[in-house]
Amino acid sequence: MLDVIWLIPAFPLVGFLLILVFGRRLGEPGAGYLAAGAVLGSFVVSVGAYFDLLSRDAEERSHIETVFSWVPVSQLQVDMAFLADPLSITMCLFVTGIAFLIHLFAIGYMHGDPKFSKFFLYLNLFVLSMTLLVLGENLLVTFLGWEGVGTCSYLLISFWHTKDANASAGKKAFVTNRIGDWGFMLAMFLGFWAVGSVSYVALNEAAEAGSLATSTATGIALLLFVGAVGKSAQLPLYVWLPDAMAGPTPVSALIHAATMVTAGVFLMVRMNPMLTAAADWAPTLIAWVGAITALFAATIALAQNDIKKVLAYSTVSQLGYMFLAVGSGAYVAAIFHMITHAFFKALMFLGSGSVIHGMHEEQDMRKMGALRKFMPVTAATFIIGWLAIAGVPPFAGFWSKDEILLFTLAERGVVLYVIGLVTAVLTAFYMTRQVLMVFFGDAKWGSHANEAEAAQLEVTPDTAADPPVTHGAHGEFKPHESPPIMLVPLVVLAGLAMVGGVIQLPSFGFIPKSWQYRLEHWLEPVVEFGEAQIKDSSAYGNKELLALLAIACALAGIAAAVAIYSKKLREPIEPEILAEGWRYDWAISAFMGGPGRKMFDAVAWFDKTIVDGAVNGSARVVSGAAGQLRRGQTGNVRNYAGILGVGVVLLLAWFVIGRGVL
Amino acid sequence: MLAAGSSSDLAFPILSMLILLPVAGAALIVLLSKRRPEYMKLVAAISSVATAAMSVWLTVEFDRADDGFQFVSKQPWIDQWGIGWHLGVDGISLFLVLLTGVLFPLAILGIDPHNDDPAQDKPYFAWLLLLEAGVMGAFLSLDLFLFFVFFEIVLVPMYFLIGGWGYERREYAATKFFLYTMVGSAFMFVSIMATVFIASRNGVNGITFDLVEIAENASFATSTGRWLFFGFAIAFAVKVPVFPLHTWLPDAHTQAPTAGSVVLAGVMLKLGTYGLLRFGLYLFPEAAHWSRSLWLTLAVIGITYGAIAATMQKDLKRLVAYSSVAHLGFIVLGTFAFTSEAITGSVMQMVNHGVSTGALFLLVGMIYERRHTRQISELKGLQAVAPIFAAAFLLVTLSSIGVPGLNGFVGEFLILIGSFGTARWWVVIAAAGVILAALYLLWAYQRVFHGEPDEANKTFPELKLKEALVLLPFIGVIVFTGIYPKPMLERIEPAVDRLIAHVEDRGGFEIDRPTVIEHESPAGEDDEAHDAETAEAGE
Repeated sequence: MLDVIWLIPAFPLVGFLLILVFGRRLGEPGAGYLAAGAVLGSFVVSVGAYFDLLSRDAEERSHIETVFSWVPVSQLQVDMAFLADPLSITMCLFVTGIAFLIHLFAIGYMHGDPKFSKFFLYLNLFVLSMTLLVLGENLLVTFLGWEGVGTCSYLLISFWHTKDANASAGKKAFVTNRIGDWGFMLAMFLGFWAVGSVSYVALNEAAEAGSLATSTATGIALLLFVGAVGKSAQLPLYVWLPDAMAGPTPVSALIHAATMVTAGVFLMVRMNPMLTAAADWAPTLIAWVGAITALFAATIALAQNDIKKVLAYSTVSQLGYMFLAVGSGAYVAAIFHMITHAFFKALMFLGSGSVIHGMHEEQDMRKMGALRKFMPVTAATFIIGWLAIAGVPPFAGFWSKDEILLFTLAERGVVLYVIGLVTAVLTAFYMTRQVLMVFFGDAKWGSHANEAEAAQLEVTPDTAADPPVTHGAHGEFKPHESPPIMLVPLVVLAGLAMVGGVIQLPSFGFIPKSWQYRLEHWLEPVVEFGEAQIKDSSAYGNKELLALLAIACALAGIAAAVAIYSKKLREPIEPEILAEGWRYDWAISAFMGGPGRKMFDAVAWFDKTIVDGAVNGSARVVSGAAGQLRRGQTGNVRNYAGILGVGVVLLLAWFVIGRGVL
Repeated sequence: MLAAGSSSDLAFPILSMLILLPVAGAALIVLLSKRRPEYMKLVAAISSVATAAMSVWLTVEFDRADDGFQFVSKQPWIDQWGIGWHLGVDGISLFLVLLTGVLFPLAILGIDPHNDDPAQDKPYFAWLLLLEAGVMGAFLSLDLFLFFVFFEIVLVPMYFLIGGWGYERREYAATKFFLYTMVGSAFMFVSIMATVFIASRNGVNGITFDLVEIAENASFATSTGRWLFFGFAIAFAVKVPVFPLHTWLPDAHTQAPTAGSVVLAGVMLKLGTYGLLRFGLYLFPEAAHWSRSLWLTLAVIGITYGAIAATMQKDLKRLVAYSSVAHLGFIVLGTFAFTSEAITGSVMQMVNHGVSTGALFLLVGMIYERRHTRQISELKGLQAVAPIFAAAFLLVTLSSIGVPGLNGFVGEFLILIGSFGTARWWVVIAAAGVILAALYLLWAYQRVFHGEPDEANKTFPELKLKEALVLLPFIGVIVFTGIYPKPMLERIEPAVDRLIAHVEDRGGFEIDRPTVIEHESPAGEDDEAHDAETAEAGE
């Protein structure tokens, strides 16, 4: 199967082309099934490739498949080539697998949309780009996918483009990502001039062999990290991701939670030897950026009322964990968390989509409540996702988060570890808040709540017992459960979120030896150079204790939220500043709209008045002088030679006046 | 040092035909009766399509292994002054010739000049054909005098096209364009004369305007070379245009009729960047290298400044015009980085910018035809009413932004990666221009196409079949070149490498190359396994 690895991107490419040509004829639901079938094809090939790799010895689990020579100039010889190794195949498996489920879900979710086939056109283009990104044999093929997913993200965020906010969000995502791409490109340039190639094998081998100067390796690693910060929505470039929720919810699940936003983490893991060869402060910096982002975003999530915004900030926060892992040399844990996060976050985004669908496009959690009675499957699966992200064992998120925290303590010390723990408490808290607001408590969707009343309702829900009146424009309505095609993906993802942890279980006494560290063994050929060795650390010695501490934190967070939002023991504390995201986004917008715009305007003014003014001014002077000289001429001015003559005269005039003036 | 491979030399004087066919067409149009306007377009179409076919044939017959000039045509013209009808094509000019050949029939067939008086068709098409001949001639000339003649000839039809068929301020724009370029050309004229006379006393036998002869044999004193170089360089800098000599461009572009804008952006601006390579670097390597910091700086200013100015434009056509200033800045950057990757990228970018920006001007022209405005603020929500039109516009926009997989990326990427080693800090800033490109183009796209269409825009007609047929070749090239640029790269690179070898040899300096670290895997057998697998896969 490895020699047909190109089929993985080829399937969605064919799907894309077919929908491009026949999309309108296929219509609904044909286009959706075609797109889903294409992605299923990729998944099957990925599974085949997985078993093919598995049948080889660990050292030989790497295969390069060249399709054609892409950009060959002089020393720069870039092939359109794919690298199949444990890392890329792992990525392919979960990307295509989850993408397939989300395609199915979207067939139900996009029902009735006039642009149904176009949606799946973009979705297949996205899967194509994403598989190129993870399968690329060199930085440039990855960059092709990297920009491709960014473009699809742009197209899908502004999918409902007649609304200005959606259009702005799409543009914001693209431009912010481009800031990161600047770093990605410079990293490529630096790597090329230092090694003579942009292929992963060449760059990583140079880093492993120590043939790169530390400063070069640091430069490459950190510039790639700049790219990762943009794509994976870390501080200071995270601002586009919450806005990206303007896109249809399946897009939020697929692109802005499970796959695209993890591309930055993938890139860092792929280049882990470079990170190891870099100066020590480089990974430390990455760990700090990740930890601060995780905490920062978690605090914002505490006070969000839009069901998708909570999940968006939660995604930023969880991505922060992954970078904390990368910065702590825990590459396996980063990938592990990426996978479990993909399971439970895709699940919760789809669940929120199901809720929004059932609530007739309502996204405000203050107008929800008690939905578990009306949407039992959605509620049950969402609750599994909640337990997974909150870090309750044995759900998937617990295992991956625990491993990250372990490496953090062992490698980066107690401060970052505490930040990680506090974030875990906050995570459990805000997710519990969300579950309670949406699925439990009293139904608030019957009340005719405007924004101001809704805010009060939240504080004193007793008033919710107002006479039930119509809800928006939909008249009397009851939230309804979603159709099976939307529920099946939820159930499958819930299953994965429940047991996903088995792929990488720690060496706790009660776990059979053959079940331990399976992902680590599998990824070992890729990460062995960079992976931190913590077996001798005291943290590792006390890992059971640390796990118990993590569980205690998760339970504390849940308990606190239950106490506030369910038992009403205390008034919720949701400061305005948190709801507004620490006013960070506001500050950027204010700067761009204010001084930034003034600066741009000044340049335009400068161009018009100074640069062009100088030209027109000197033209006036010259034409005055030329007018005097022309009287002496008798030839036909239109004659070409005559024009030439004027040109020479102008030249002389230019010299005389130019010298005199300047 | 002319074309080595006679295999590629056809018995048929194809290059002369590329110039003479449009001239013949123009002549025929002039001879035709004014009362038969329907023939004008037909003649123009036939002669430009024939030229296009010939340029395609030229590309097919072009020998990609040959790094020298091919299909050389060398006839004495004004023998006593050493002026010859010397034409030739190499990898640097090949695709510019092809682009010229293909762009003109599209502009002639696809764009309606909207003449109220049908008699106006006659001069319109005649000027267009003459313009084509001039551009072709400039790209093909290997004689300084001949080049200068063609370089100047193109101004005349363009002047009349802008002045006669342009928009509100056409006369101001046409005059400004004409005079500005003439001033630059005057410097070049002086420089050409001086070069020829000085060369005749330094290595070249007798007076000759032959480019190859002079470049290969003449040796100029350092300061002489620099003076001469700057004479040429100013003319080209105006044409490119390089900051701060660019202000004629937004006016000319905005006021020109659509066909004029397409040709202006598509091929005419490249006369400047092509000239810098073909004449600047080839004739005066030392001076070019000596002044590189200046050029790199102006290029980077052009990239960022052009992008910022573009962001703030209120007129869609003016915005595209300023984007040209930014894009052309990349080409100048690559040219003065002196590496094979960068200069190959520059040549790519010349062609790709012609395709992308040409298509953008076409689309903006279509918007103007429908709405009679170019003001961004008066357009809104067009995607809702004309989704196919919007899709075409977006694809071209993405190509202009430089999204990988589309043509614009290849050139920009090669320029940046190739320049990084020799012009590192300039590249660091230039790469930021990539961010700005996304900003101004997507912002413009959003304002024009997104949102709810208002009354005036609700009836915006969808892309018509004829328009789609004109756009299709552009879109085909945009996608194909982005995915498979190799056919172009492998034809451009030999000529570029030859130029660089010449520059190093005559300029007396060496250009930095990337460090190459051979793969030395700690576990050596891993590599062998790799190779074996790849070989297997190849079978």
